[in-house]
Amino acid sequence: MEFTLRSDAFFVAIRRIHSFANDPTTMLDNLTQRLASVVKNLRGQARLTEDNISDMLREVRMALLEADVALPVVKDFIAKVKERALGQEVIGSLTPGQALVGVVHRELADLMGGQINGLNLATQPPAIILMAGLQGAGKTTTTGKLGKWLKERQKKKILAVSCDVYRPAAIEQLKAVSAQAGIDFFPSTSDQKPADIAAAALLHAKNHYYDVLFVDTAGRLAIDDVLMAEIRQLHAQLQPIETLFVVDAMLGQDAVNTAKAFNDALPLTGIILTKLDGDSRGGAALSVRHVTGKPLKFAGVGEKLTGLEEFHPERMASRILGMGDILGLVEDAQRGVDQDKAQAFAKKLKSGKGFDLNDFKEQIGQVRNMGGLGSLLDKLPAQFGALAQQAGGQVEDKAIRRIEGIINSMTPTERTKPELIKASRKRRIATGAGVPVQEVNRLLNQFEQTQKMMKQFTKGGMSKMMRGMKGLMGGMGGGGGFPGLPR
Amino acid sequence: MFGFLKKKDETEKVDAVSENADAFPLASGFVSAPADAPSGESNKPSWRDRLKAGLAKTRTTLNTPVSELFTRAKIDDELLEDLESILLMADCGVDATQWLLAELKARVKRDRIESPTALRATLAELLTTMLQPLEEPLLITEHKPFIIMIAGVNGAGKTTSIGKLAKYFQSQGKSVLLAAGDTFRAAAREQLTAWGERNNVTVIAQESGDPAAVVFDAISAARARNIDIVLADTAGRLPTQLNLMEEIAKVRRVIQKADPSGPHEVLLVLDANIGQNAIQQVKAFDKSINVTGLVVTKLDGTAKGGVLAAIARQCPKPVRFIGVGEGIDDLQPFRAVEYVDAIFETGQ
Repeated sequence: MEFTLRSDAFFVAIRRIHSFANDPTTMLDNLTQRLASVVKNLRGQARLTEDNISDMLREVRMALLEADVALPVVKDFIAKVKERALGQEVIGSLTPGQALVGVVHRELADLMGGQINGLNLATQPPAIILMAGLQGAGKTTTTGKLGKWLKERQKKKILAVSCDVYRPAAIEQLKAVSAQAGIDFFPSTSDQKPADIAAAALLHAKNHYYDVLFVDTAGRLAIDDVLMAEIRQLHAQLQPIETLFVVDAMLGQDAVNTAKAFNDALPLTGIILTKLDGDSRGGAALSVRHVTGKPLKFAGVGEKLTGLEEFHPERMASRILGMGDILGLVEDAQRGVDQDKAQAFAKKLKSGKGFDLNDFKEQIGQVRNMGGLGSLLDKLPAQFGALAQQAGGQVEDKAIRRIEGIINSMTPTERTKPELIKASRKRRIATGAGVPVQEVNRLLNQFEQTQKMMKQFTKGGMSKMMRGMKGLMGGMGGGGGFPGLPR
Repeated sequence: MFGFLKKKDETEKVDAVSENADAFPLASGFVSAPADAPSGESNKPSWRDRLKAGLAKTRTTLNTPVSELFTRAKIDDELLEDLESILLMADCGVDATQWLLAELKARVKRDRIESPTALRATLAELLTTMLQPLEEPLLITEHKPFIIMIAGVNGAGKTTSIGKLAKYFQSQGKSVLLAAGDTFRAAAREQLTAWGERNNVTVIAQESGDPAAVVFDAISAARARNIDIVLADTAGRLPTQLNLMEEIAKVRRVIQKADPSGPHEVLLVLDANIGQNAIQQVKAFDKSINVTGLVVTKLDGTAKGGVLAAIARQCPKPVRFIGVGEGIDDLQPFRAVEYVDAIFETGQ
């Protein structure tokens, strides 16, 4: 508990990561490491041959299976990698383990990418987008996210309609999501037929000059012949320009069967991966892509309607191999930090003015803007994340809010001159924030420590932190990490 | 379909279960239900049939009919590799699969198993032994109201399962009250209210606000109305969302505040389609809310939910119910023997 209030847990975590990155022995679980240990056993054999490479490929196979890539897909993939690995790239390398990981990573990224993604709306309006998938995949939430995306980035006029007449309140859910996303909603009721709803919505969209019509459907199992026939009929009737298969990134081996059945039943045009903010390794992405051959277009991250990203094949490859999403972390950091503020802050520190509680609060706010400590830790490679969590004890976003509460209870003078805060002011602040006086004390102690730390940074603030993180990436690339990986 | 029950009735294991069940009126309902079922449900495909049907699909993908595996002349590496494939394709995971195969190989040596049929029986037995500890039906104690908290990731099927549970408990003659603790997702409250109407069950909901407060209210209401069972829904959350995990821990604490002996059961809903991440889910939810049982949903698809084998090894929790369809009655107790049968049976 003692550690929970340490606002500088984040800084501690970042510093720790630096030291981990410099110490390769902590990267135990990493595929590179596992392959290296296989290579060690090959001592005395000057080069890799078809025989001794099979041990290494077995490790790759396990890593993929642990990441939930479906077995038939793994088999195909391994055969392909073996072919490549027996070529010049790996055989000639002094560090065959790393070279093999490079091949695997590149091959994974190639398999999942390589096509122009984004939505195709090049048709006579309205462009119809049909959403399909299993129950609980996230179709309705994704509809809202895509609608918001198209509305805000491409200034489209958007209508959404729900053909889910089965699940209770599914239509209400889309209505609420549409309102949140700021797109228009075409009402339907659960006693209507999906085909009638779709026809009415299409007519409305045409008459009111909508650019895009989203047709949300009920979740269905691929083996449910009745419901699959229904969605086939919807497709035939609407002739959508995009038929998107929404798939949960956590899916296991059965992803291949489901994807195949949907792909056979419907001419899918793209795949959307959801729930990527979880800690699954997301092997389903590869399975689904492999079986359907359709492009992975977007990734859903988080429940908020802004949680939609374009799909990044390289990052997904790293994730499947358990290497974490460092690029995503840096992107988050850049998004969360207000560059102007950071520079103003740096200037202030340089000019000799001290780091005060206002700045402290600002920094905490920046951590929050990045989606909180939890989301930062997720982006780290599995083993770093676990260690960083240990370092932070129970790192709680709640603790950050509390600290903000305490600082908010101070007067502006107190924030700039914390040394003013003595016993009676402390009591007042504690009452104002609704915490015991001890917590105010603890905060002031932490502030002092952070102040000391800040003095060590000549340029100060988060922009320094960010450079540090970029350095970390460089360090991983150069310092025996993952050379040869595409960036 | 229940032929195995007759066979197994002679064994001590099942006897123990039924004895146990007799001591608890509700549990006896669980155990006796399948025995009565054939008359009423004979024309409806059982979940095992559906699982088998699903398996048929897997077989076509694999191009290796499972039945053929075991009609081969002798046990060779190829056969073992095919067995490995079955286990892996069912989501058993690398660790559990390797353990099972190592055990199997040891048995082959020790017991001099030679026929592939015997090999199959041995593997099925190993898997059953592994899963048997998870077969532990939910016992509703005397406590009133008996508070059941339901948690899970987004889209696992929590709210749907609650509807089915409500119906199930009602059919046991219990009065049920639902607490709409999912105050986050759009229309989650409406979804539960709709289920409530269908089941003629009171739903306690608030416009928005704190899930813990809704659940607290529901428990007070249940006490005032002398209700037997409170089912507390919660919003779906991924274990990586630490603030939401903290929130659900608070819901649990508030339940304890409302009733120091509660919650009497904490169910984690798992989607059978989910792969190895299910283990992380069990561990993370267990850490924040002390999971006491699992509900495995969506077993009527092609997914086998073999991750239960991995769960049995790494973080065993009793499987209270399995969901085998969208119908309101499609929630059934878990039986390891039936389940393993469904994974291996060839579906004549």
